[in-house]
Amino acid sequence: MFELEGVAVSYDKVEALAPTDLVIAEGETLVLLGPSGSGKSTLLRCLIGLARYRGSLRFRGAPVSDWRALRPRLGYVIQEGGLFPHLTARGNVVLMAGELGWDRPRIDARLTELAELVDLAADQLDRFPGELSGGQRQRVAMMRALMLDPDVLLLDEPLSALDPITRVRLAGDLRDIFARLGKTVAMVTHALGEARFFGGTTALMRDGHIIQKGAIDDLVRDPADPFVAEFLAAEEAL
Amino acid sequence: MRKLFAAVLALLLAAIAVIGGLVLGVIPARADTVVGSKAFTESVILGEMARIALEDAGVAAEHRRQLGGSRILFDAVRAGEVDLYPDYTGTLRFEILSTEKLAGDGGIAAALARQGLAVSKPIGFSNGYALAMRPEVAERHGLRTISDLARHPELRVAVSNEFVDRADGWRALSAAYGLGAIEVRGIDHDLAYRALADGQIDVIDVYTTDAEIAAHGLTLLEDDRRFFPAYDAVFVYRSDLDPRAVAALDALAGRIDERAMQRLNRMVVMDGASERAAARAALGLAAPQGAAPPGLWQRIGLRTIEHLRLVAIALAGALVVAIPLGVLAARSRRIGALVIPATGLLQTIPSLALFVMLIPLLGIGAAPTIAALFLYSLLPIVRNVHAGLTGIARPLRESAEALGLSTWARLRRIELPLALPTIMAGVRTAAVIAVGLATLGAIIGAGGYGQPILTGIRLNNTATILEGAVPAALLALAIEGAFHLVEAAVVPRGLRPAR
Repeated sequence: MFELEGVAVSYDKVEALAPTDLVIAEGETLVLLGPSGSGKSTLLRCLIGLARYRGSLRFRGAPVSDWRALRPRLGYVIQEGGLFPHLTARGNVVLMAGELGWDRPRIDARLTELAELVDLAADQLDRFPGELSGGQRQRVAMMRALMLDPDVLLLDEPLSALDPITRVRLAGDLRDIFARLGKTVAMVTHALGEARFFGGTTALMRDGHIIQKGAIDDLVRDPADPFVAEFLAAEEAL
Repeated sequence: MRKLFAAVLALLLAAIAVIGGLVLGVIPARADTVVGSKAFTESVILGEMARIALEDAGVAAEHRRQLGGSRILFDAVRAGEVDLYPDYTGTLRFEILSTEKLAGDGGIAAALARQGLAVSKPIGFSNGYALAMRPEVAERHGLRTISDLARHPELRVAVSNEFVDRADGWRALSAAYGLGAIEVRGIDHDLAYRALADGQIDVIDVYTTDAEIAAHGLTLLEDDRRFFPAYDAVFVYRSDLDPRAVAALDALAGRIDERAMQRLNRMVVMDGASERAAARAALGLAAPQGAAPPGLWQRIGLRTIEHLRLVAIALAGALVVAIPLGVLAARSRRIGALVIPATGLLQTIPSLALFVMLIPLLGIGAAPTIAALFLYSLLPIVRNVHAGLTGIARPLRESAEALGLSTWARLRRIELPLALPTIMAGVRTAAVIAVGLATLGAIIGAGGYGQPILTGIRLNNTATILEGAVPAALLALAIEGAFHLVEAAVVPRGLRPAR
């Protein structure tokens, strides 16, 4: 789905992402794991064209020249949802479909379908983000990301700002959604538990580099360098 | 939601435009010949005399009264906004034509002719400096001329503060007449008459047509060495003025001497007569009668329309220009670094200077006033649009981008709505400032609430000042309140502070 060759990002001459090679396969769930400042969010932001990168980034074999045209095929969810406070939940979800000229019945049908998928009561859709709980906001953000039925879901710490109970419930629901839709997923987290919970491939990052990539149990069993062992052990300890 | 929002915004703009358009028609069209006058009573009376004389000669004329000072009138007559106005030969020589270094009044006509202007024959009086005393004191000491003063160094002399300091003031006078032994004090001009009447001082400086000279029956000391320059009253007019009008102005020559002018000033300043009545009296005509002047509420109503028109047009223009400017400034750091200081610079131009600077470009009246208000309205709006847009949190900006919205759609659907509370605050600030500043427009003939303020200051009449000041303050409050209502209507529920 994505092929990266020597993709690198610098902010004000500080390298946030070292030249990185990475392939994300169709239907794969990739978890980008690492401490804060390791470059995992920067890498994810490259995948939706928000970070200015050097190097070659290809989507389905073709270099990306027009990110705006590609973005409707990518769903993006960030910590706290990034919902627009001046629009209702419904307004947030249907914004892009409206711009693309979807008609009312099509929008309504898709809304009903998605509300059911993310388990959000229909009456919550008329509320503003400020009137929703943190978990509800993330469910709305998922609906917004899925509205146009994208090929890829890009999630940046979607569970981090939630209380433990909400977090566990939403994590379960997200895993079910991923399984049902079978979409390609790239998700950033700093929590080993989440990486293990969502399964798939984990790429462990530090200081802008991918240190090791593989199934999480393989990383635990066979750490490629002392940092991997130390990070995983520290995450297990608490 | 989205449609409602767009509709309210469109309505707001339309309302401003409609109010502006409606009131545009209220101001009467320019008459054939325009007489101007400066912002003091004598000038207004002379302007009124000229208007009546022109009308009697069959020339349709309009009098635009109290348009500020000499420079404003002179620029206006040169620009053709005004066809004639009264001035003084001394003022023309020393202020308006100072670069010509004219030796006497004789050169004025030729200097004006080079600018396409002409000067009428003198009206008959000079409004220059003189020294005044109470008649009984002058008689007791046998004083008739300024030369006589040198024999009485014990007299208490007090002159206006500016007269003490001026190079051609007391110092030069004292040297010319040998008054070095006299001790002189500076005093406020208006207080001087009271102090003289109370006997606290013996000699003051006056303008030769001050109403107080007639009111207190003061004696003026003769300027026997011809120290003071002549300030003969004349009309300055455009060379292309209708010959009938020129003849009518010249027919006024020699009609009014200093005593007559003192009485006319006194009629208006002290006895409450209108300038029109004084002008008719000067021309030997009966006091004006007929239609009663408009009542208080009618006057306030008309001025409110004039005032709102100035503010509404300026603000509508500023919105159209400042919002895109603010957006561009927020988009590009380079444009921002140019636009924000530029609008800030406009704000630092003193308002009176800006009004006057615009006269050569836009003439007098509403146009330069609207232009000045427009320029002053730019900064608060541009700055708040910029601040509102750049203040949007990065996750929100990026979420909009990540959805695949176009630049225009992001601006319209996300960024401007999020910045709306800040933008509205800027527009509100601009509107309130404009209401206050518009009162200054009266100085260049724009009408509005500044008109009675200016008249009240001229006549030292507090009630008249309040007739302009109170509605201006109320209008500012009303606009402030109206904007809060509009904000409540257009700011989306999700952006309002939680209750």
